[in-house]
Amino acid sequence: MKFTKLLATAAVAMGLATTAMAEKTKVGFIYVGPVGDGGWTYEHDQGRKAVVEAFGDDVETVYQENVPEGADAERAITQMALQGADLIFTTSFGYMDPTINVAKKFPNVKFEHATGYKTAENVSVYSARFYEGRAVQGHIAGKMTESNIIGYIASFPIPEVIRGINSAYIHAKKVNPDVQFKIIWAYTWFDPAKEADAAKALIEQGADVILQHTDSTAPQAAAQAAGNVITFGQASDMAEYAPFPRVSSIIDNWGPYYVARTKAVMDGTWETANTWDGIGPGMVGIGEISDHVPADVKAEAMDMVAKLASGEYHAFTGPINKQDGTPWLAEGETADDGTLAGMNFYVEGIEGSIPN
Amino acid sequence: MIQLERRPQPSRFWSFFTPVVAVIVTMIAGGLLFAALGKNPIEAIRTIFYDPLFGEFSFYYRPQLLVKGGPLILIAIGLSLGFRAGIWNIGAEGQYILGAICGAAVGLAFYPTESVFIFPLMIIAGLLGGMAWAMIPALLKVKFGTNEILVSLMLVYVAEQLLASMSLGLLRNPEGHGFPGSRNFQSYESGHNAELIAGTGLHWGLAAAFIAVILAYVLLNKHILGFNIRLTGEAPRAARFGGVNPTRLIVLCMGISGALAGMAGLFEVSGPSGQISIDFNVGYGFTAIIVAFLGRLHPIGILLAGLLMALTYIGGEIAQANLGLPAAAIQVFQGMLLFFLLALDLLSNFRIRFAAKGAV
Repeated sequence: MKFTKLLATAAVAMGLATTAMAEKTKVGFIYVGPVGDGGWTYEHDQGRKAVVEAFGDDVETVYQENVPEGADAERAITQMALQGADLIFTTSFGYMDPTINVAKKFPNVKFEHATGYKTAENVSVYSARFYEGRAVQGHIAGKMTESNIIGYIASFPIPEVIRGINSAYIHAKKVNPDVQFKIIWAYTWFDPAKEADAAKALIEQGADVILQHTDSTAPQAAAQAAGNVITFGQASDMAEYAPFPRVSSIIDNWGPYYVARTKAVMDGTWETANTWDGIGPGMVGIGEISDHVPADVKAEAMDMVAKLASGEYHAFTGPINKQDGTPWLAEGETADDGTLAGMNFYVEGIEGSIPN
Repeated sequence: MIQLERRPQPSRFWSFFTPVVAVIVTMIAGGLLFAALGKNPIEAIRTIFYDPLFGEFSFYYRPQLLVKGGPLILIAIGLSLGFRAGIWNIGAEGQYILGAICGAAVGLAFYPTESVFIFPLMIIAGLLGGMAWAMIPALLKVKFGTNEILVSLMLVYVAEQLLASMSLGLLRNPEGHGFPGSRNFQSYESGHNAELIAGTGLHWGLAAAFIAVILAYVLLNKHILGFNIRLTGEAPRAARFGGVNPTRLIVLCMGISGALAGMAGLFEVSGPSGQISIDFNVGYGFTAIIVAFLGRLHPIGILLAGLLMALTYIGGEIAQANLGLPAAAIQVFQGMLLFFLLALDLLSNFRIRFAAKGAV
């Protein structure tokens, strides 16, 4: 008798608890690196904090960091869905298939996968047009280099990274025909030791500008130690290295998107989407161009930022040939999103080949 | 004054109980760590050790324990044979990668043909791939006297580069829009290491792990090879005089451990992971070394240790997501487990004597 009563009370209490919880929208985040990486994951976590700030007590956020891509990711995502998350952001390319798998099992949970291409009824994809920022970097780099050698720390040979290299090269070449790119593939998104080694190797080869597509500040520190090399912040502002060696940066600004998508889930208006936003909508930010850059170069760069933002200028505007000399874009023609999304070739002038 | 006195024989009682004590001490020290981070230590320990087994969502986590523990057990069993004989294969991670590459390559070569023979062929390819990779340090040691610890470890990094090259080149999914990674075996029936009974997490890799535990137990207790392995580890000179051929033993132990690691890689790539990708390996080969020692190099011990290790992983993930514990704290917690285990080994090899200073 007593026991059944106890059970009943517990059931009521649990029922109450569940309804109380249900009012809060629970948003989960899966991170590939540590939240303190100062780059990619750090900025996603800033986005999470923006969600907390925007909705306060109406929202509960959870996250898991350092989640390896593959089978472990599938478990981490499942675990969040089981714990009652309404919306889950999976913030690395390698979470694509795990996200799709888990989404099939939880049709009522919404999923958002960063930088992938597979969508479903309850899976959206989103990414940023980082290549617009690369165009600005390329312009500054081409103007600033004295050795005419620009070092590039690339992560993995995937379209996103290749797009960045091409965009930076095109704009560096435009202002400095003698410029040469040296590219090192680090095969990591975040490994301070490897990134520092790559930066040192590039500096030894004469590079006086280092561009990086990896997330740690190790290349910035290596440039600082060298003393005559400039860098750009990646994913995050990396302002602690400003005004020199860091002269500007590409900042991923996920906050507005995360807030908007959370709002859509709350309002019941969430729909599958394929978002690819650039400087204009504010998903890509250009960090302050420091005074180490001459005023005229800075003005030109700011002008380019404004034109990219307004859509007046596209970072891939012809004439552009592919590396093997075959024409890609005719005079005045701009690249279509399909080709950009699957970009697997260098443009004319870049030396070396894409590893495969 | 505390004095240590070497035991003539390691204590049977303590060699059995130190793992248990190590787990308890880890819980206490870990609890203090979590408390220092401002989390409720009791809740954190409960989340790690209790929730995956008996919590609200244990229906999902229990099968996951098997999925996570399976490769650890399979690899650790192979390693334990060599470790017992003083042959240190530290490069199981590389053999695991090669097993996955070779097995997956065979499967993908047949795509999209459907046949029941494909999966067994993949298993054989995985096994041979892992074994071949382990043969490099084994033969170098036998022929030139190189150090197998160093060579096998270095080959892990070579294997990782090979893995990256395969995901970007030869094995890349031709329909993957230029992105790295192979086709997904989860959508290729003949090559998919699916669950044998839905919802249990039980796949062929686990079946192989259980069979390996039984075979290793029989081998060590009933077979002359097992006797030779134990003899070489405990009394190398006696083994030599007793006619044990060290060359043969090195090749055998390295070969078996490589083959089992390779199989673990194949079962993982064709099942839970699904595809060859740049980040396919997540450290099973290294964690298995901890599992082997945590399990006292004994097959049954390894079985339990593998499941315990899986529990700390899965419980740790839950603690991260639910309690907001940082990932680094969970790794420290797992590190403590090995540290205390090794520290407490003192108890099985030494007797502690409390004596007044100066007394003899």
